[in-house]
Amino acid sequence: MNSPSTTKCVTDHVGVEIVGDYHWRVDDAELLARICKGDEKAFTELVRRYNSSLVRVARYYVNSEASAEDVAQDTWVAALRQAHKFEGRSSVKTWLFRILVNRARTAGMKEHRSIPVDPTGSADGGLTNRFDGGGVWSDPPAPFTDTIESSILNERVIGLVRNAIAKLPEPQQAVVTLRDVEGLSTAEVAALLELSEANVRVILHRGRARVRDEVEANVKGGGS
Amino acid sequence: MRLTSHPLVCRDAVELMSDYIEGALSRKNRRRLERHLAECPHCTEYLAQMKFTIAASGSVGPDDLEPEALDEIVDLFRRFREDPDQST
Repeated sequence: MNSPSTTKCVTDHVGVEIVGDYHWRVDDAELLARICKGDEKAFTELVRRYNSSLVRVARYYVNSEASAEDVAQDTWVAALRQAHKFEGRSSVKTWLFRILVNRARTAGMKEHRSIPVDPTGSADGGLTNRFDGGGVWSDPPAPFTDTIESSILNERVIGLVRNAIAKLPEPQQAVVTLRDVEGLSTAEVAALLELSEANVRVILHRGRARVRDEVEANVKGGGS
Repeated sequence: MRLTSHPLVCRDAVELMSDYIEGALSRKNRRRLERHLAECPHCTEYLAQMKFTIAASGSVGPDDLEPEALDEIVDLFRRFREDPDQST
């Protein structure tokens, strides 16, 4: 068995972690298999990878951040109970989100939460006043992709995007998290959230536009 | 010059960008948008920024969990291991 000798502890944004002599470049299915055998470190790693996205998506269904965190905890317990039944017909990620959504929906019903189902009712991105009467840019987008070391995604941009996503209204936050952060397909997102694919795309568009607006505003106003 | 369909203005072009990136536009709208992009540097910039934002979203990674929050969840795991039927 390979066992890297490093004792460094490093974490990067793609989930590579080296703790003690344990190298966590391990995929989710392997983590789940190890969890079934009682490996606590594997569980901790899976929690580290997905808990924040689980909480974000749960927030769509429940009234508060605290409730969303409770739902995420319930999800982990349910996942532990069901782990041995996981057959790999979907990804572990999709399986986890499916458990979460079922639990969040039930929790939301208990809280009498009304879920905003009309995505077109959500506020638009901040572009409304940036076109003239003929629909042509009067305040065109401030270039920022060149400002930020060409196309290299640095920590600053990623931080701006992270904050912008956290500030999105719940439906947009859930959809952007599932589609753009976690990389689920539009069809998977639609099935999970019980929305039409067309509605997912509308919500996605609005969420992405807002995140772009936020990055632009920060780059324009904040310097580097 | 022959116009085969109603040309887009910037405000409408922006509304199509996310679906364009998703590959979800109709052929007609894709052509209208591409025709508009060929002549509009601002919308071309907007499209680049949208793509850039999506790429950045894919690199966001998980938030750091508060140590106490992580401990709480790991504790669920320990309780489950001790007694799978009782843990809640």
